[in-house]
Parts: sequence; structure tokens; C-alpha cells
Amino acid sequence: MTAPQQLEVRKDVPAWQLLVTLGLAGALAGLVLVFVYQVTLPRIEYNKAVRLAAAVQEVLKAPYRYDTLYVLDDQLATQLPEGTDPKTLEAIYLGYTEDDVRIGFAITRAEAGFADLINVIFGYDHATGNVLGMKVLESKETPGLGDKIEKDMDFVTSFDGVLAPIQGVKAGRGSGDSHEVDLITGATISSRTLIRIINNALERLEPMLDSYLATASASATVEAVQ
Amino acid sequence: MSPRQTTPQHDFFRGIWQENPVLIQMLGLCPALAVTNTTRNALVMGIATFFVLVGSSFLVSLVKKVVPNEVRISTYILIIATFVTVADMTLEALVPDTHKDLGAFIALIVVNCMILSRQEAFASKNTIGRSLLDAFGTGIGFIIAMLMMGVVREVLGAGTIFDVKVIPGNFEPWVIFVLPPGGFLTLGFWLLLLNWFQEKRAERAKVREWPEGVAEGRVA
Repeated sequence: MTAPQQLEVRKDVPAWQLLVTLGLAGALAGLVLVFVYQVTLPRIEYNKAVRLAAAVQEVLKAPYRYDTLYVLDDQLATQLPEGTDPKTLEAIYLGYTEDDVRIGFAITRAEAGFADLINVIFGYDHATGNVLGMKVLESKETPGLGDKIEKDMDFVTSFDGVLAPIQGVKAGRGSGDSHEVDLITGATISSRTLIRIINNALERLEPMLDSYLATASASATVEAVQ
Repeated sequence: MSPRQTTPQHDFFRGIWQENPVLIQMLGLCPALAVTNTTRNALVMGIATFFVLVGSSFLVSLVKKVVPNEVRISTYILIIATFVTVADMTLEALVPDTHKDLGAFIALIVVNCMILSRQEAFASKNTIGRSLLDAFGTGIGFIIAMLMMGVVREVLGAGTIFDVKVIPGNFEPWVIFVLPPGGFLTLGFWLLLLNWFQEKRAERAKVREWPEGVAEGRVA
């Protein structure tokens, strides 16, 4: 054991010194983070694009090709006016089979879940009103509970073919209606939120899909006549 | 206050075994239980924590004289949080899938008490060199503990290591080991084994010190 030490008498540190220390440390930390953010951003965006493309493949059940449509002034547009940055616009994806038959739209939407945003992509067949498939792109739901919305494959696949608007029911309490999806025990809030996100996305986009398909088929008829 | 006298070797090796953060000090158990369901996750988590620990120990030791005592904890947390965010962004760029698996637990390295305890107990009182040695040792100790958890859980729970099949034949994986209860079970068994081992060793040491015959109950 060392000998008992003399207690130091600390002088009061003036408040400005504390402020300067923390302020300086914060500023330096911010600077470092901005630098690292800029270095890693391109790679992160590339990863996201790859993941998105894979997700589109998944929820549209492997389309042969797909078009990107942008939401512009409550209209869907394939071409953007000059000078518009596509990254700033909401995009949906329209998948086709090899014979140019429309499979459906892949739609993404993010809304607040139990913890932070839940970003989800789902395939939607506008002609029949069926959801084709669902995949959670990003979420920070509670590990082990809320994250079942992406890890519980029974729940994920239960969206395949369900009719919109979707209705969440407690597991085993459903009436067998084709609008119903069983909620997850232990992830009730997260799974209910997920269903709400899909319904909200469709409610907002449905009129745009209608008008887009109407003009698309009109122009197709014109082409055919000519 | 003069710190306890230790040798550089002791600074380094202490964290690996004698005072292993997870297995002996029981610090940083949250990641050790939560993200060790596969070897890959355990390793990436271990490396990220190692990076944060070494970086923060270095900086904390560097600025220990300029930071007023009253705001030292806030400054340490600020330093740790910066390194964690750097690790978070780097992992997202380099290993997106593992980053997604680890999820919120990367951000939670900020509140890993193992890291803060090394700053408060060691780096803020010692030279940069010794703080680095201490951080390296503790960080390696943490990685070893994470791997001990991850390997056992992945082998028993999925029959693989780094997704490579290691148990031949039609082995039915014990799924519970990749689920949360498996984390507790694995940690419990490791601690049981290690404590039993240490007790045995202590007993043997004791027997050696006693006069002949005492251990067998043949006291004259």
C-alpha cells in the first residue's frame, strides 16, 4: 500500500474555461465527423443503391427490367426537367416481364416506427390491388422484438399477395379475409406501423398511379393506331 | 496522485487475461451477449470497439492536462462518441451487411462502460505510451472474449464458423444458441469453466504452501 496522499485543494475553474474546453472539443469532433462523412458517403450511397436494386428484384419477384419513375408535382414522370437532381426526388420503380407486361410498382416509404424511421419497400400490382412482397430496407427497431418485422420470415412472406388496404389482426384472430396480415406478438407496434406505412403510401400514390397508367395506355393506343 | 507502479508488460497483458474486460471485470456485457450470434459479427464488433478504445485512450491521455476536472467525463464521452461515429460510418461503407446486422449496437459502443472505465481509471492518469499499451491489451482481451462467445454460438447454433460448415454430417443446429438466451448460456458456461479452472489453480497453489500431510488431513 502506498502512503496516504495529501488531498489536493482544487481551485475553482472559471466557467469560461469549461465552456471553451467543451466548445473546442465539440468543434474538433464536428470537423472530424464532416471529413469522415464526406470520405465514406460515396461508398455508402453505392451500397444503398445495390441494396435497393436487390430489394426491387425481390419485391417485384424478379422483373426482367424496371423503369424508375419520379414523383414530380403529384405526377409520375419518367423524364426529369433539366437541372433537377434525381436524388432529391421520391422514386418508385415499375417492373416489366420479358414480354413487356407490367408486373407492378415497387414503392418505398419511410415513417417513424417504435425507434427511428422504418424504411420499407413493397411491390404492388395496381391492376389487382395485390401487394406482391415487402422488405424492410432500414430500421432501428428493438433487437429481438421489433426487428422481427424484417427477420421473422413468416411475417415478411405473409405480405405476398395480400390485398390492399392491409388490415393487421392479432395472430390467430383473423377471419381469413384476404386483406388481413397477422401482427407479430412482441412486435405489435412495429408490425402495425409497417402495415400503416404501406397503406399510407398507397393512399397517397394510388391517384398518381391511376393517372400515370391512363396516360401510358392512351399513348400506347396512339402508337398502335399510327 | 501517483498511479500504482506497474511494468509495461503488466499494462499490456493485464487486460488480455488477468483483468479481461468481459470475462473477469464483467464490463461490456451488452455487446458480448447481443451481437455474438455469429463469429463475423463478434469479430467486427470486437475490432470496432478496439479501434474506439485505442483512439480514445490515446486522445484522453494526450489532453489529460488541459481538460478541467469538472468537464472531464463530458469530454471523454465526446471523444468516444466521435470515434464511434467514425467507426459507424466506416463499417457502413466497408461491410454494409454486417453493419446492418449489428444495427444499433455500433452506436451503443459509446456507452460501453469498459471504454469509459479505461479512460477514467487509466488513460487520464498515465502517459500516452502506457495508455496505449493498456488500451491495446484491454481491446485484444475484448476481441478474444467476443470470439470465445461468437465461435461457440455459431458452431452450436448453426454448425458453421464464418459461414463455413465445420460440423459434418446431418447435425441438427441448436438454434437456441444464436437466439438471445444462447448468449446468456454461453457466457454462463464460459464463466463456470474459467472460474472452476482458476479455483483449481488456487487450490493447487495452496496445497503446495502447506506443510506436508496437511492437505490430506494427516496432521500429526
